[in-house]
Amino acid sequence: MIRFDRVGKRYPGGIAALAELTFAVESGEMIVLSGHSGAGKSTLLKLIPAIERPTQGAVVVNGQNVAALKRAAVPYLRRNIGMIFQDQKLLFDRSVFDNVMLPLAIAGVALRDAGRRVRAALDKVGLLERERAMPVALSGGEQQRLAIARAVVARPAILVADEPTAHLDDATAADIAAMFHAFNQVGVTVLVATHHEALFAPYMTRRVVLSRGRIAQ
Amino acid sequence: MKGWLLHHRQAAALAARRLAATPLNTLLGALVLGIALALPAGGEMLLANFQRLAQRVAATPQISVFMALDAAKGDVADVESRLRRHAQTREVRLVRRDDTLKRFKESEGLAEVIENLPRNPFPDAFVVVPRDEAPAALEAMRDEFAKYPRVEHVQLDSAWVKKLDALLRLTRLAVALLAAVLGVALVAVTFNTIRLQILTQRDEMEVSRLLGATDAYIRRPFLYFGALQGLAGGLVAWLAVLGATFLLRGPVGEVARLYGIEFSMHILPFPDTALLFGLAALLGWLGAWLSLSRHLAK
Repeated sequence: MIRFDRVGKRYPGGIAALAELTFAVESGEMIVLSGHSGAGKSTLLKLIPAIERPTQGAVVVNGQNVAALKRAAVPYLRRNIGMIFQDQKLLFDRSVFDNVMLPLAIAGVALRDAGRRVRAALDKVGLLERERAMPVALSGGEQQRLAIARAVVARPAILVADEPTAHLDDATAADIAAMFHAFNQVGVTVLVATHHEALFAPYMTRRVVLSRGRIAQ
Repeated sequence: MKGWLLHHRQAAALAARRLAATPLNTLLGALVLGIALALPAGGEMLLANFQRLAQRVAATPQISVFMALDAAKGDVADVESRLRRHAQTREVRLVRRDDTLKRFKESEGLAEVIENLPRNPFPDAFVVVPRDEAPAALEAMRDEFAKYPRVEHVQLDSAWVKKLDALLRLTRLAVALLAAVLGVALVAVTFNTIRLQILTQRDEMEVSRLLGATDAYIRRPFLYFGALQGLAGGLVAWLAVLGATFLLRGPVGEVARLYGIEFSMHILPFPDTALLFGLAALLGWLGAWLSLSRHLAK
């Protein structure tokens, strides 16, 4: 489903974030990416939805080489990938409902169907009763759950999460990890970059450890 | 197709909500654009009315034939007979000097002056409507009539219409140039408004892009915003021109009556009104498009 073939990524200024990275993710897997800060986990995740482009090698997602993808085709790639960002990227001037609605509005889903799917996604993450609330009124854990609901509402085949349990208490972090497991159980391929490997250990199919931009194990 | 229409509906609704969310800014923006548009629109309205007036005053060219002041009645009758027999005259009307004097005595402000004159200063005159309106034919007739006995002066009345027409053409060009300059100003104002909007909507644009929004999707609400703002400016301009028309209608009618013409100013004609709104929306859209393109290209 996802293949990294001798991928290198060098940022302007010559900093090498990834080098000679080769590995594949099969459909339905739940991969945990771990490694020290600056190991290249976030960069690796950003290559999948073409937020960053590799400077060397190929990143193939669903048969498409993302490295060679035209700019105009990138939005359509991203619509098939659910993304949870380290800084969540919620819209604080929009309600919980409207935040989750955004991917469906972008995809042009009919309003009635979209409303039903938003409520289903909010129900899955336990935020249905807060649909009218503004994100600023939510706790850190609730904000993370909101980000997850937004990532899964368009029913993506791939879910990519960058430090989804950062800054959360243990109990909330465990809930989030279980939520990823639940999505994986219904066939969603999950890639999680985290420092909390232990939380995901019961659910992961594989662990990929990065060190200085290369696979350590 | 349904999704595309839904995007447009949502983008238009979002743009309208953004306009409604800041009523004071929207009003001020519409006023700035409206005043800029009102100048050429008002100029066009005045031109259209003056053109109507000019057409009414002299739809066909006329030749005025003035007799000498001391011409006898027999001389006048002779010239009248020649004019009526002339193959190129369609209509001949004699304006008697006594009638002219009477008319001027009835004119406001002139009565006293006329009363104090020792004798009637007006000659007998003929107003001739020619069959052939070609300039060369008119000039030939003028030269011929000038040679008739006791004819003092012949005046081709189409000359001033030509001058007026040339002046109107020149004014129309000036209005078009003014419209072009103010159109650029309108684009610049919208460009800046949208630039400020982009700054406040930057997070939303970034998140939308990450979630799979195309440039067209991101651009659309801003384009609608620019077009709606332009339309609001067009509405302000139209109302300003409408108000000016009603304010001027009375005084202009009075002036026209002093010249013996029944004239009422018309509001901006429908094609010009449609053009005003269309151009206002288009220029607003263009300003937004330029602003967005600059941002999205970064």
